[in-house]
Amino acid sequence: MTVAAETQTPNRAAIEVSHISKRFGALQAVDNVSFDVESGTIFGLLGPNGAGKSTLIRMLTTLVPPTSGTAVVAGHDIVHDPNAVRTRIGVIPQNMTSDPELTCAENLGIHARLYGITGARRRERTAELLEAVGLADRANALAATLSGGMRRRLEIARGLVHDPQILFLDEPTTGLDPASRISVWEMITHLRVQQGRTLFLTTHYMDEADRLCDRLAIVDRGRIVALDTPVVLKSSVPGASRIEVQFAPDLPNGAADLESLPSVASVRALGSATYRVSSDRGPASATELVELARQQKLELKSLSVQSTSLDDVFLHYTGHGLAEAEAPVSNNRGRKGAHS
Amino acid sequence: MKRALALVERDMRKFRRSPALLFASLVLPLVQLVILGNAFGGNIKNVNLGVVNLDRGPKSVDVIERVRAVAANARTFLPADYDDEGRAVRALRRGDLGAVLIIPQHYSRDLLEQHQPHLALITDNTDRSVADAVGAQMSTLVESINAPEVLPREAQQAALDVVEVYPYINYIKYLLPGSVALAIFVTAMIGGGMLFIDDKSRGLHEGYMVTPITKWELIAGFNLSGVIKAMLAGMTVLVLGAVIAGVPNFFQPMRLIELTLMVALTSVALIGMMFFIMARISDPLVPRAIFGVLNTLLFFPSGAVYPVAGFPRWLRFMSICDPFTYAVHGFRTLLLKDAGITAVTTDVAALMLTSVVVLSGATLLFRRTL
Repeated sequence: MTVAAETQTPNRAAIEVSHISKRFGALQAVDNVSFDVESGTIFGLLGPNGAGKSTLIRMLTTLVPPTSGTAVVAGHDIVHDPNAVRTRIGVIPQNMTSDPELTCAENLGIHARLYGITGARRRERTAELLEAVGLADRANALAATLSGGMRRRLEIARGLVHDPQILFLDEPTTGLDPASRISVWEMITHLRVQQGRTLFLTTHYMDEADRLCDRLAIVDRGRIVALDTPVVLKSSVPGASRIEVQFAPDLPNGAADLESLPSVASVRALGSATYRVSSDRGPASATELVELARQQKLELKSLSVQSTSLDDVFLHYTGHGLAEAEAPVSNNRGRKGAHS
Repeated sequence: MKRALALVERDMRKFRRSPALLFASLVLPLVQLVILGNAFGGNIKNVNLGVVNLDRGPKSVDVIERVRAVAANARTFLPADYDDEGRAVRALRRGDLGAVLIIPQHYSRDLLEQHQPHLALITDNTDRSVADAVGAQMSTLVESINAPEVLPREAQQAALDVVEVYPYINYIKYLLPGSVALAIFVTAMIGGGMLFIDDKSRGLHEGYMVTPITKWELIAGFNLSGVIKAMLAGMTVLVLGAVIAGVPNFFQPMRLIELTLMVALTSVALIGMMFFIMARISDPLVPRAIFGVLNTLLFFPSGAVYPVAGFPRWLRFMSICDPFTYAVHGFRTLLLKDAGITAVTTDVAALMLTSVVVLSGATLLFRRTL
């Protein structure tokens, strides 16, 4: 399935993906995917483990060659000109790839040298980045001694060592505690807002995708099933608001009394005089429910309004929740390495 | 090439921070050199020899005096008199004696009447080395008994004088070339193969592959850092081993240059071979599992501990295919014969050929992508 970016001017696209596919033996990890990413935005791939997010990011970062199709990243084709792509992108892989037996400064210094940055410039850049990610005081500490959050910040600094146009982050907060996650989110937002960089990230956290991404692609079983801004994606789900209400005593005609209200789309009885009401106009429905209780002389024991989440969006577009969509972990080298 | 040096810098920093690798690479060859070098190749001494004299005549006394002369000088055996043949053999079976010499009844009379009497030597052949040493010493003793008391006016038999062209080479010196090659191999295995696979499985290579470093620079970087570490280990064992074994004139500058060249060539060949073997392996258990097998396959057929001339044909063929053979031969020629670089051209050519073959193969097998 192909979901093209509808709203972009081609010459402003930092990444243009065109009918890209990847097959590992019998497994179709990525299936004919096309989309564009606008410069200076944060683009997210949301999907469960095994959906093909990491395979897609690894193809875009030239780590895995596509089976068919191609992509243009920072103006260069990933298949025909991979080295030009590599000089223009920074990559923070899902695994911690900084060397645990080297210090923070050494990790950055050696990575700088891999990009041809040497001498005084290398030392300056190392110091700048350690300062930027809050690790200046740990410059001479071995990477092995850092906490998970610090190690991830070191990885981000390493990905920025050559000042790339586009930064790829593969599940940047997986395995981090809540405080570290927030710290990484702030850093990602800063990179976009302050530095105008294009960021491409994968995640299986709904809240992360909702909070960070300007545009979001929902990936399921190797395909993009929806692509737009988080707000548009959420509003595209029918019954965008859910209201849970409990009366005392119960309504005389049960759910039928609620279905007669003008703004209500559907009603589900949960038992104990409690109902879940779906509505496209949440505030109006809440008002109607309060009025109904007053007319029927019933007590309104509880009323809560919930907006649509990306979980609902995922469920709507894929027909199943995130957890049940997770693919089994394969022992195959290629799959294990690429399909997560 | 500048990017390859980043990998070298990384490895050198880790190597300096963790000298355990160098230590681990040196321990096995040095322990082997000192223990095996002193355990093997020495003269057998102080074997308990039971002497049963059933003759009591003058010629048997002559035999016993000669046995005591050996005991006092070469000290190959310590004689002890036994009256009874059966008791002596029982002592031999118990392990109290290493051999029993029986001088038969009428030995003196038969000798004087030129009836060619036979002395009997019963040996414990469960220990071949001791049995052979006592047998050889006793044969010499019997030859001396048979020698005429008055020399004929003209020599009756041809004689052989053996002249050794080099100063006495004990076993520890013989073992030293193999120990140097072994140090290089252990470093290639631990600091090359195992480290490479460990880094790969920890995802460190993924971090390099997203940078603009080329496939050639990656291969050059991994191999160059491995060669530097292997050379450090090889040179350390070479110098320490030469001092321990007492190699004469070792610190002669020209000789050191030639030996360094040999260490470098061996390092390139063995690191390249390791890279070739590991190019497609991802499981960190594999290099650990094959370490012992590779060590046996490469070290023992090379002539490092026993001459290739003593091998069966199939093992001689293995030694021809084994790059260790040329490294050991080259080091032996330079260390023990001091014959100069021209004497090791075959070894140099073989190691260079090995390097070209394994590095070409590794380049074909190595993938820059995941």
